[in-house]
This record gives sequence, structure tokens and C-alpha cells, in this order.
Amino acid sequence: MTASDLFAGRRMPLPRVIFTALGLMVGGLMLLPLWYLLLRAFQADFDTVARLLWRWRTAELLLNTAALTAGVLAVCTMIALPLAWLISRTDLPGRRLINVLAVLPLAVPGYVMAYALIGLAGNYGFLNQILGVTLPRPQGLWGATLALSLYCFPYLYLNLRAAFAGLDQSLEESARALGCSPREVFQRVTLPHLMPALMAGWLVVGLYVIGDFGAVALMRYEAFSYVIYQQYAAAFDRLYAAWLALILIAIALSVVWWESRLREGVRYDRIGSGSGTGSRRLRLGLAGRLAGWLFSAAVVLASLGLPVAVLTFWMTRSAIGPVLPALLDSFGQSLSVAVPAAVLAAGMALPVAVLAVRYPSPLSTLINRLAFVGYAVPALAFALAFVFFSLQGPRWLYQSHVLLVTVYGLAFLALALGPIRSALYQIRPSMEDAARALGHGPAATFWRVTLPNIRPGVVAGMVLVFVIAMKELPIAFLLAPTGFRPLAITMFSRTSEGMLVDAAPYAAAIIAFSALFVGVVLRHDRKGGD
Amino acid sequence: MNILKPTVLALAALAATPLTAEQITLYSGRGEPLVAPIIATFTEQTGIEVNVRYGGTAELAILLQEEGGRSPADLFWAQDVAALGTIKPMFAELPQATLDRVEAIHRDAGGRWIGTSGRARLVIYSPERVEADELPVTMAELTDERFRGRMALAPTNGSFIAHVTALREAAGDDFALEWLKGLAAIDPVIVRNNTAGHQAIADGEADIMLTNNYYLGRFLASDADFPVAQATFEAGDLGNLMMVAGIGVLESSENKEAATAFIDFLLGEVAQQYFTGNVYEFPVSGIGIVPVSGMGVSYSEANAAAPDFDLNRIVDMEGTLELIREAGLI
Repeated sequence: MTASDLFAGRRMPLPRVIFTALGLMVGGLMLLPLWYLLLRAFQADFDTVARLLWRWRTAELLLNTAALTAGVLAVCTMIALPLAWLISRTDLPGRRLINVLAVLPLAVPGYVMAYALIGLAGNYGFLNQILGVTLPRPQGLWGATLALSLYCFPYLYLNLRAAFAGLDQSLEESARALGCSPREVFQRVTLPHLMPALMAGWLVVGLYVIGDFGAVALMRYEAFSYVIYQQYAAAFDRLYAAWLALILIAIALSVVWWESRLREGVRYDRIGSGSGTGSRRLRLGLAGRLAGWLFSAAVVLASLGLPVAVLTFWMTRSAIGPVLPALLDSFGQSLSVAVPAAVLAAGMALPVAVLAVRYPSPLSTLINRLAFVGYAVPALAFALAFVFFSLQGPRWLYQSHVLLVTVYGLAFLALALGPIRSALYQIRPSMEDAARALGHGPAATFWRVTLPNIRPGVVAGMVLVFVIAMKELPIAFLLAPTGFRPLAITMFSRTSEGMLVDAAPYAAAIIAFSALFVGVVLRHDRKGGD
Repeated sequence: MNILKPTVLALAALAATPLTAEQITLYSGRGEPLVAPIIATFTEQTGIEVNVRYGGTAELAILLQEEGGRSPADLFWAQDVAALGTIKPMFAELPQATLDRVEAIHRDAGGRWIGTSGRARLVIYSPERVEADELPVTMAELTDERFRGRMALAPTNGSFIAHVTALREAAGDDFALEWLKGLAAIDPVIVRNNTAGHQAIADGEADIMLTNNYYLGRFLASDADFPVAQATFEAGDLGNLMMVAGIGVLESSENKEAATAFIDFLLGEVAQQYFTGNVYEFPVSGIGIVPVSGMGVSYSEANAAAPDFDLNRIVDMEGTLELIREAGLI
């Protein structure tokens, strides 16, 4: 055991060595895009960089980005927290269905969501064409906040749902027995225990908002990401864009740093003797049920109903029959990337999460922060980095299926990390100790005790990655095998030429197939879903 | 899990794709629904398989720069001359016989890329809210006070940036900057791209926009009542600039002959007629191409109105971006 010998001075146990090695590998891969961006950035002419960045406009755009991020986080929390509580903690009838519907907005391609909101309004909007009603067009800060919140809240919802599922209710019962009012229980016991999940969700939503270009542009809100996009898209430039990307990453990583500072040194598991109670649900009265249904219906209608309505409207104008074979073919191709990417991302997130929760150290903190690089780097820059490095490698690797899946796994690892980490925080190390005392080796303990207990978290993470990978574009443009036509690319080929009606069946397919997958997975995931 | 089955099938299908003797790889910034049928016709006629990577023109231009000499691509087909100009150092020279099929102003002076179809710049407007005598006579007139708050503008759009670059070449940087500042001053409705601009006019948020000709045909094809119309500026005005989508063969290609055959095919009558009749663009080569009617300005009108401007002069996109920034539009 050479690896263990290396750490012999510190007497590091074997599982820790293995998890550290895996974590280092993930962290190392995440350094590649940073290295690449620095390489490109230093090829740029510094005077031009200064002229590009040293403008009042840069500060203005950064402030716009900050305002948008704060707005989206607030709205997402107002949607996701009550919803996750309703589904996890009450006996609201129909909660299983709501559970699936609440995740689905993630599957809605960004442009469809934005067009859905835009398409509502205006003379040519479908409300006017169908009902003769003209609404003001959502735009600017509130339009962008609305579009991004309706689209991003499921990240937070999935994190929170996993956290509610794993939260030991006897803690709350004890608090109640000690005389706390329900509100005090929530503020002093429940909320602090939900913090890792809330922060993980906020982090992912925040990073998404900082990097988003599509919805922001359609809502005519000028954020910092706008400048990067324009540098790539209008100037075909990689060097100055690298500077802009590095600034964006610096902002994103400072957010990651802040989040992990808050998370460090906090314990959320049960200690002491006694077993946790099983989950018990709050019985809702008629008024409670009505309120619950109304709230859920409003969220689902706005986040899913709107885009589906717009797509349906477009689809009434085009024939689906002729494109069906091509559509199924594209679906198979999407699946061949999204499924392995989801598994790989969760597989890579697992050791990183274990390091953070079980073996905290400066090194594990570093690895956990690096894990977010994939999500924080603008997708185009991330893909370019892997173009650069894989071209140095063997010929078969470049633009191969394997490479695409790996890059997706790295890009979306952060999405899987949040729910897995939150789940791990909530299982007691004493359970693992007991398994070991009963004669299980470290591997058997992990497989038979740890993994089953964190399954809701792992499943939630995989669902997130799958749904995002189904509609990803820039990475697929650059790294997919030539001739590969997943649904997202087929859809883009149409929207980019202004053929919104022709794109509709593909957008609908992305939503429908993602729904199917999420439904199947969540059905099997009884612990989390029920 | 049931999901694994289709995955395996899809993987097997990928692995089983046969390698034919003659195969070329095309990076296409042009959308699949527009060009796939004509590529299929090429394969039918010549037996040469075309392996196509579809993507955004900008993304593919950046990818090609990153790949350099190791690019697997034989051809790059781009939506605009700006992208072609960026990749020009990576293109090989085309044979004179191919070049001669297109007018000199619609191809690279060094013979490294060539236009495949014309795309005219013009104005689109709302026939309900813009009177015929209100339409601008020149591109310069777009900054007029009467368009305050009524003009849609896509300042990051490639065609717009190329068009402003042409304006700088034709009238000088100072004039172009004044023009841009004039646009910024009349409070334009900033849109993401040309499609969004058409939508904005249909929705009643804007009344007029400087854009490319071919979008309207596509909107009209899915809705004959789409409430937007087209007009040209006065004949010879730079506003009527005829730009092209174009293509080039990469220097690193090992299939230059087959790649050139593809270009020759695109310049032939079948393909040119297809671009005109099905894609609503304009022919750059051949005679007797039948125009399409009822889809906005026809190519004979557009050709008659187009200024005699050499697209080779559209080079300095960076400089244009700086002016657009200075004017406060981005």
C-alpha cells in the first residue's frame, strides 16, 4: 500500500486516502480550464485589455449582475422553500405529482421560457391572438428576474427536498417538547438544518444567473455575461474573452468561498443515543389543502404551463408526423450523452462530498471549491479548454463521445455535489462506526450503510445533471462527435434561423422526455419522493 | 434500468456508421433545416458523404481558431463575411475556375473564401404604423427624430456589426460614430437578434428595423399574415448592402478536391435555385434563377438597389465594436 505509506506519518486511513486521491483527480481536471484561460489571457495585448475593462460601463454591468442575482435568489427561495415543505412535510394530496412537476421547469430550454413570457404579451403575442388581451411585455430587471427564477427554482427545490427527507424529525419534536412554538422550531431547528441545502441551492442558482446570457438578452437586461458573449460571438475573439471569463470566474469563486466559509465547522447530524423518528406528516385541514394546492398550481402554471402553452401554440402551426423519426433519433443521441454524464457527475461528486463532510481539511476545502469551477467557467470557454488539451492527446479522443460525456460530467459536477453533500451532512458517522464495529470493511460500510442513506441526494444530483445535459449547447457544438445531433442542437439549428415554429417539436421533446425520465427516477426514489 | 437500452442502441448505431471511401467534414454555421436538403442532393449526385457539424457561426469560428492545423474540418460554411475574414488565414486558395463563378465583390480578393448566397440588408417595418412616405430614403436617415423609440436594433448581431464596418469604410470612422450615437440618441428598442426584431415589430413594440432580407420569408412561410413588410433604401445607398453567406476550404484539409467539388456544387444552378426558392436568400451565381414572389423584396429589386461595395473591405470588426461601445449601444 504505497499510497498509505505516503500518508503514514499522519496515519491516514485507507478510505481517506482513496477519497483524497479521487478528489485530487477531480480538482486537477478542474484546474485545466483555469490554466487554459490564463494561457490565452496572457496572449492578449494589455493596453486593449485595459481599454476594454477600465470603463464605467464595466462597473455598471457588474452592479446589474449583482442586482439580478439577489432578485433571483429571493424569488427562488420564496417559491422553493414553501413548496419543498408542502411536499416533504404535509399530507397534501397529489404531492407526488407536484414533486415531479416542480422539477420539470429545469427541462424547459431557456429560450422557450423567455419566449413564453414575451409571447404572452404584445400584439402578436399568443394571448392577443387567442384571447385578444394585450399585456405589457416583461423586460429589464423584473423580466429577467422572473424568467430566471421560474427556470432556476427547481435547483433549490431539489436541494431542499433532499434536506427535508434527511432531516431527523425527532430534533424538531424535542424542540417542541422543550416549549418552542412551531415558528421557533422552524427558525431555531429546521431552518439551520436546511442551511447547507439552501446554500448549495443558492450557490448553483447564483452561478447560473451570473453566467446566463440567453434569458438576460431576450429580456433586454444588460448584465456582465453580455460582454463575454459579445466578445466571442461578435468579435470571434478568444483572448479578451478569456479576461472577461476570468473576471466572471473570480466573482463566482468568491461566492463559492463565502458559501464554504459559512458551511465549515457546522454539524447537522444526530449525536447521542436513541434512534431518529420516521417521517411524520402534518395533517392539513381543508383550508390548508386549498392553500397548498393554490400555491402549487400557481407555481406549476407559471413555470411549466406557460412554456407548454407557447409550445403547443407553435405546434398547432406545424406538422409533427414527418419529423417524428428524426426526433426519436435525436432523442436517442441526447440520451446516450445525458445518462452517462449524470452517472459520471454523481460518481465524481461523491468523493468530493465525502471529503468535505467526513474528512474536513484545508485540502478537502480546496477540492470542494475547485469542484465549482466547471459550473462557474462560461461554457464556451470550458469547452475550448478541453478542445485545446484533448488535441494534444490521441486522435481518437478529440470530439469523441467519451470526451463529451467527461466534459459534461465535469461541467455539471457542481449540480450533483450540493444534494449529495447535504445528504451526507445528515447521516451520523456513528452509524458507519457501528457498521465497521460489526465487521464491515470500509468499502462494505460505504456501499451498505452510507450509500443507501444518501440515495435521495445522489438521485437528486443525477436528475439535475441529466436534465441540464439534455439541453446543453455550447459544449456540444465544440466537442460532440461530428454528425452528432442531440435534440438541443437540432432545436438550435431551427431557432437560430428564426424558425420558431419548426423548433417547437424538438423543444417539446426535450421537456417531454426529461419529464419521463424525472418521473421514472423519482418514482423509484421512494425515500425522497414520498 | 430501461434507460440503458436506448443508450446502448444509440452507441451501437454510432459505432456502426460505415466509413465510405470519400467523405468530407463540413463545419456549418448555417442551420440544418436550411442546408441539409441541398447537402443530401450533393451526396446523391457525387457519392461523396458529407459529415456535418452544425453549430453557431461564431462558435465554429472560435473552434477552428483553437483547432488550428489539427482541425478535422475540410470546409467551413459561415453565415457572414466577418467570420470568413477571421478564418481566412486558415483557408486554402480556391481554383480560379471556381472563383470566376462569383462576382469579385462577393468573394475574398485573395481567393480564399467565396460567397454562396446573397443576403440583402434592408429595412423591415410595420405596414400598420409606418406610412410609405415615412420610410427612410438613406441608411443615414435612420437616426431621424421621427424614429425615436420606434426602431428595433440588435447591436451585437454579426450582420449589423459587418454593416457598420462597411459604413466606416465608405464614410469614415467619424461619420460612423456619429451615426451610431444618433441611433443611441433616439432611444432604440434593443433586441437580441434579427428574429427578435421581427417579433418586436409584429408585437407592436417597435415599428422599423435595419436587418437582413431572408427572415421575413421564413416568418411568412409559417404565417402568411405576419404583420411585417420590407423596403429598400434609394438605389445605390449603403443601406442596401448585399452581403453573403460563404464558404472556404481549410488549408489543413486532406480532401481538398472533394471539398472544392462541394463548393462548385453550391454555386451551380440547382443549389442557387434552392437558396433562392427555399431559403429566401439571393443567388450569387448562375443565370435564369427563378425569383420567389410574395416574400418581401425580390432579388432583382435588391440587386438593382445594392451599392457597389467590395465585401473584402469588411475586416476590422474589433474597431467597429469599439465604436459601438463608445456610442453606448453595448
